[in-house]
Amino acid sequence: MENLKYIIESLLFVAHEPLSVDRLKNVLNTAAAIDIENALKELSDEYETRKGSFYLNEVAGGFQIRTRSEYTSWIKRFIQPNLPRLSRASLETLAIIAYKQPVIRSNIENLRGVDCGGILRVLLKRKFIRVLGRKELPGRPLIYATTKRFLEIFDLKDLKDLPTPKEIEELGNSAMDKTNEDFSNDIKITDQDKRNNT
Amino acid sequence: MPDDIYRVQITDIFEGPMDLLVHLIIKNEVDIYDIPIALITKQYLDYIQWLKSMNIELAGDFVVMAATLTQVKSKMLLPATEDDEDQEDPMQEITRPLMEYLQLKSAADDLAGRTLLGKDTFIRGHDDKDYLIGQGEDMIKIGLFELIDAFHKILKNISPDHLVDLSADSISVKDKISEIVDIFEKQNSITFNELFSLKADKSDVIVTFLAILEMVKLNLVKLAQHVQTGIIRLFYI
Repeated sequence: MENLKYIIESLLFVAHEPLSVDRLKNVLNTAAAIDIENALKELSDEYETRKGSFYLNEVAGGFQIRTRSEYTSWIKRFIQPNLPRLSRASLETLAIIAYKQPVIRSNIENLRGVDCGGILRVLLKRKFIRVLGRKELPGRPLIYATTKRFLEIFDLKDLKDLPTPKEIEELGNSAMDKTNEDFSNDIKITDQDKRNNT
Repeated sequence: MPDDIYRVQITDIFEGPMDLLVHLIIKNEVDIYDIPIALITKQYLDYIQWLKSMNIELAGDFVVMAATLTQVKSKMLLPATEDDEDQEDPMQEITRPLMEYLQLKSAADDLAGRTLLGKDTFIRGHDDKDYLIGQGEDMIKIGLFELIDAFHKILKNISPDHLVDLSADSISVKDKISEIVDIFEKQNSITFNELFSLKADKSDVIVTFLAILEMVKLNLVKLAQHVQTGIIRLFYI
């Protein structure tokens, strides 16, 4: 397929959700995965050279054409984004679920120190999180995890793409203390060994 | 002091005990690994006093933290015996969750700072998923009995001579819910009948039905019936 690149482009153009290589392969049943990947790369390079209004974004296990942030203010004059902003509390709850999933409500509340039933409901409603099932514990609490929609909204390739939480440097030198701790542990072990040896 | 308290309450939408502790530590400019517990606890209790006059339920969460603070302080006052040497620093009881909380806050900031779809970047076409309900089609809310009627209809569709394979490993209600949620991840709504394939056996139909009931109970889906056609539709909430 000579024009594979543009066939893929047409599919990306009409798609409403990120298209995975597998999904593209299903449509283009003769093309090999490597060719599709190369074509996607070429497309992406083309968009970067052109520096037009959109770019090819790798997100939620697929590829999607998205607008560049330079034009956001104009787009917002044209359409009203229908999603209300996430509150601070919702974001914190979402962050816990994203990093600790699968997670139950009491784990989340332990970390935040406050009730989050209402927030969980909002997050469920907005499809950022989903219920995976129930944990076999007293009260059979619900197990929560994030959705593919979460990856899409927060521009993440997959869950491994989540940024590592920053060390809190301004409030203490945790890294230093940790090394010291490890060091002293090591010493203890060697002392023990010596005693064992003698 | 009262002015300070007021400011905290209005700058953030929701303040938990952790937020208050962080706020006090930053305000007093103390080291997180060496918190002057007496000072912090005193200020903490002042806040609780004030909160109590505002919102008793909220203060309930805060009292737990105050109790932890005092407990740590009393542990620190006790002379450490030889046996205690291996035990961790009582301060850890405060520091560890505090560090974890701060890390979580920074993680939340990271998330909010990403290129958000619908805020910083957009995709082609309008996402009409949010407007599915109430456009053109008139729907009424249905109760349990309509649902059971629909279930009877499905049961009738199963051929009576179909043999139930007892050895078959049947799917659990939990798996079925997960399966249905997967469908909802792709589409916002589905009709009641679509969930039951014609070749499904009785146990499968029952599990599906139980799964739907469970999902309604958990507030995962909303059921609505079309006025004219009588088709029941499930909406993912």
